Amino acid sequence: MKKTVFALTTLAALMAAPMAAQAHRAWLAPTSTVLSGADAWVGFDAGMSNGVFIPDHAAMRLDGLVITAPDGSVAQPENMMRGRYRATFDLHLTQPGTWRIANVMSGFGATYKQGGEEKRWRGSEAEMATAIPADATDVVRMRSMNRVETFVTLGEPTDIAPTGQGLELVPVTHPNDLVAGEAATFKLMQDGKPAADQTITVARGGTRYRDNPEEITVVTGADGGFSVTWPEAGMYWINASVRTPSAGDQIAMNAQYNGVVEVLP
Amino acid sequence: MHPRSLTIALAATGLTAGAAQAADLTATVEIPRLSSASYHRPYVAVWIETPDQTAVQTLAVWYQQTANSEGDGTDWLKDLRTWWRKGGRALRMPADGVSGATRAPGRHTVTASAARLRNLPAGQYNLVVEAARELGGREVVRVPFRWGGANTGRAAGATELGVVTVAVSR
Repeated sequence: MKKTVFALTTLAALMAAPMAAQAHRAWLAPTSTVLSGADAWVGFDAGMSNGVFIPDHAAMRLDGLVITAPDGSVAQPENMMRGRYRATFDLHLTQPGTWRIANVMSGFGATYKQGGEEKRWRGSEAEMATAIPADATDVVRMRSMNRVETFVTLGEPTDIAPTGQGLELVPVTHPNDLVAGEAATFKLMQDGKPAADQTITVARGGTRYRDNPEEITVVTGADGGFSVTWPEAGMYWINASVRTPSAGDQIAMNAQYNGVVEVLP
Repeated sequence: MHPRSLTIALAATGLTAGAAQAADLTATVEIPRLSSASYHRPYVAVWIETPDQTAVQTLAVWYQQTANSEGDGTDWLKDLRTWWRKGGRALRMPADGVSGATRAPGRHTVTASAARLRNLPAGQYNLVVEAARELGGREVVRVPFRWGGANTGRAAGATELGVVTVAVSR
C-alpha cells in the first residue's frame, strides 16, 4: 500500500511537470480584460511561480495555446516572446465580444519497476502501449489534463461556450463582469459533467505587497457550482485540481484548472 | 612557562568558556502548526533591536541549508523582508552560531551568552522574530526586554508565529 502511495505521489509530481514544477502555480495574466473601441490590443504574461502573477520562477511553455474569438474562430497571438520568468504575447482584438485565451496541455505518463529499478515514462497515448516493457511491474498509468486560461472582452460580453473536455469553469456570472463586493457564480465541470465537492482556491495577486496571502477556498456543490464574493478589486487566480483514481480500463486522471479573472472596483 | 601561571591561564580559559556557554538571554519561539495542503516550514530570523527599531545583532536565522532543483536556500532569505532590510543583506551566510536549518512546528529556544552580547550596552531593547513561509504569510513579533538585570518579556503572533518569550537572567 505504502509503495502504491509513493508511486502515485512521484507520478503526480511527474505528471505535473509539463505545466508546473510541483507546487508552482500556473497563470496566464492579461494586461486588461475590459476594453472599448473598434479594436484593441491586450498583452499576456504566462508564468509559473508561488506568488501568482509574480514572475520569479519559470516561464510557461505555450505549446497548447488556443485563442478563440467571439465568433468561435481561432485567432493567432502576436509578438510571442519567451523570457526567463515569463512568456508573453499580444492579441489584437478585431471583433467585439469575449475572447478565450487558453493554454491546454494533456499527456500520458507512467511509473513502473523493472528489475527492481524505479522508472518513469511520459509521452502520448499512442506511445504508451509500447513504451512500457512487458516485464515491468508495479505499473501506474496516469493521464494529465491542464487548462490555464483567461478571458478578455471588447465591448459587450458574449457567451462562452463550454468545451466539454477536461476540467473547466462554466460561467454563470460572466468572467469579465466582476466587481469588488459582488458575488460571482461559476460551475466547475469535468468532461462536461459537474465536478461536485471539489475545493477551489482563489488567490489575489500582489502578495509581495502584503503579509497575509488572503486566499479563499470554496467547495463546489452537487451541481459543481460555487460562489465567490470578491473582497476587493484585483487580478485573481482560480484553481481546481481533481484526481480520479484508475477504475477498470480507465486510467487515473490528474486534471487541473487555472483561470485568471480581473475584478474591478 | 611556570606551572602555576599555566594553571591560572587554564582556569581563566575555563571560566571564559563557561560564560560563553551560559544562557544569559533565552528566547523561545513558537512555530504554530498550520493546516495547509502545501505546508513548508517557515524561514525565521531572530534579532535584537533598539526601541527605535535599529537592528543591533542577529541571533538566529533558520533557512534551507541546501540547494535543490528550485534553487539555493539563500535565494529566499529576502522573503524575511524586515530582517533583510535591517541587516540581513549585509551578513554573509552561513554565519557561525546564527545560521540553522528550518524548524518544525513547536517551541524552539534561542540562547545568547553575555560574552556573545558583550557589545550590547545595558538598556531597553526589542527581541524581534520574523517568520515567512512559502505559499504562506509573513509576521513580525517584537518583545521588549531590558539588558542588564533579570527580567522577562512575552508577546504572541497571530498568523505565522505563536508565543515569543524573552528571559534575561542577569
